[in-house]
Amino acid sequence: MNGPRVVIVDDHGLFRSGVRAELEELVAIAGEAATVADAVEVIGRESPDVVLLDVHMPDGGGVEVIRQIAPAQPDVKFLALSVSDAAEDVIAVIRAGARGYVTKTISGPELADAARRVHGGDAVFSPRLAGFVLDAFADAPETGGADDELDQLTPREREVLRHIARGYMYKEVALRLGISAKTVEAHVSSVLRKLQLSTRHELSAWAAKREL
Amino acid sequence: MATSPAAVPQRPSRPGLLTRGSVEVALGAALLALSLLLTLRATGAWFSDALVWPLVLIVAGTALLWRRSAAPAAVPVEPPRRVEPSPAVRAQLESEEVRERAAVASRTGVGIALVLSAGLVFLQATGSLSAARDVILAVVVVLVVLGVIFAPWAMRLARSLTAERSERIRSQERAELAAHLHDSVLQTLALVQRSSHDPREVAALARSQERELRDWLSGRSEEAAGRLARALEDAAADVERAHGVPVEVVTVGDRDLDSASEALVAAAREAMVNAAKFGGGHPVDVYAEAGSQRTEVFVRDRGSGFDPDAVPGDRRGVRESILGRMERHGGKARILSSPDGGTEVELILP
Repeated sequence: MNGPRVVIVDDHGLFRSGVRAELEELVAIAGEAATVADAVEVIGRESPDVVLLDVHMPDGGGVEVIRQIAPAQPDVKFLALSVSDAAEDVIAVIRAGARGYVTKTISGPELADAARRVHGGDAVFSPRLAGFVLDAFADAPETGGADDELDQLTPREREVLRHIARGYMYKEVALRLGISAKTVEAHVSSVLRKLQLSTRHELSAWAAKREL
Repeated sequence: MATSPAAVPQRPSRPGLLTRGSVEVALGAALLALSLLLTLRATGAWFSDALVWPLVLIVAGTALLWRRSAAPAAVPVEPPRRVEPSPAVRAQLESEEVRERAAVASRTGVGIALVLSAGLVFLQATGSLSAARDVILAVVVVLVVLGVIFAPWAMRLARSLTAERSERIRSQERAELAAHLHDSVLQTLALVQRSSHDPREVAALARSQERELRDWLSGRSEEAAGRLARALEDAAADVERAHGVPVEVVTVGDRDLDSASEALVAAAREAMVNAAKFGGGHPVDVYAEAGSQRTEVFVRDRGSGFDPDAVPGDRRGVRESILGRMERHGGKARILSSPDGGTEVELILP
């Protein structure tokens, strides 16, 4: 098996076994966990490449798992999974350090593909996440200063996000904009970085709703 | 909760009667005491006239105070007041509650004043008002002591009232939640069981229930009415229901609906229907962006594509409902289609 080694963290046993069954052929399942404490233990022991992380769990949810793991194991990549597509959930978990966000209705092959892309260092943006980001960075911020670069999207980044929001895959975006797929990925990664580091009040407000 | 319906109807008439009733009770008690005292005096069994007015005042004041202490004891066993959902009724009950509390306070004040003045009248009649200063000091001491003794009890009472109230609100919310889940989710689950032989139907049911539940949980339904994003979501939900194909809507920004943006929604709906019909069952992506300059809507499918110029004239869907409609409202429509990349309909309104 040459796919990434994956740990599934979700407090719903039914969902875990469903994901396991769908992914077994596509990636290497290294373990499962049902609680934040279990997750920290399993991830610490297995050092997986990618953690599929449920956003909503008791005791702090996915955000808490990232908080406890990220400092000790910076190489572990997190892909957030949720039934919710509310802006505050998405933004909170991305700002905590997840490299991507997909909803639980995603198909098995798509999920495996997302895990592989996250493992490869890419950011995985769903159309909805792209929409949230465009909304959050909609207008120029009132405050100027040293962080300006973090608080605004370049026209190119905006264009890439708009295509993702319209439902285009990265390589289709590349084709349409006449740039390479690598460049598209670079733009998306740059947007992810801005999403995590920017102090724009829209992002802070969304994150605050989830007490990040 | 179970006892509430019987208890609620008698509430509205109470507060007014209480105030008038207490005055009547106080007056009646005072008159009774006076007549009793006068009778005693007439029969000769008497000590001093100085006792008459103080006793009458004390009786009246006591009557008021006793009525007061009976009232709060009744409050905790009262039924949940918020059972009635109508805001008008709730407001009425709340204003009644405020009035009742004011009435209780004024009754207590009057009662205390009566008893105190009884004491003063008695002291003056017996000529010992000067000695009263020491007594007042003693009284203050006694009051402080009593306060210390009864403060925990009073606080416990206040706390139990608060707990009672929040419990009432909670059970009200629970009832609303249960009613909503019953009308929506349970109904859908029943339908899902009945159509378990048809995976498409089950998926469509699950999707539409999901949409509805999300909408309800987010609480946006009311504020978003009459706005573009909401209208597109509704159109997408309809198309999803009618054609059994998931339609994902992503919106950035929003605007109020006017005749032009309504035409935009109608054209987008037509594009969604086409995408659902000819998109090979793949999900349809809808992206709308409402900015200060213009409003754009993109509807995209992953079907096998078609040549827009080769559409026969009798296919009114594309030509009339999408292109013509947008042009009539000063907008533009473009259709991009390729055999392997699916079709995208682009609608632009300046």
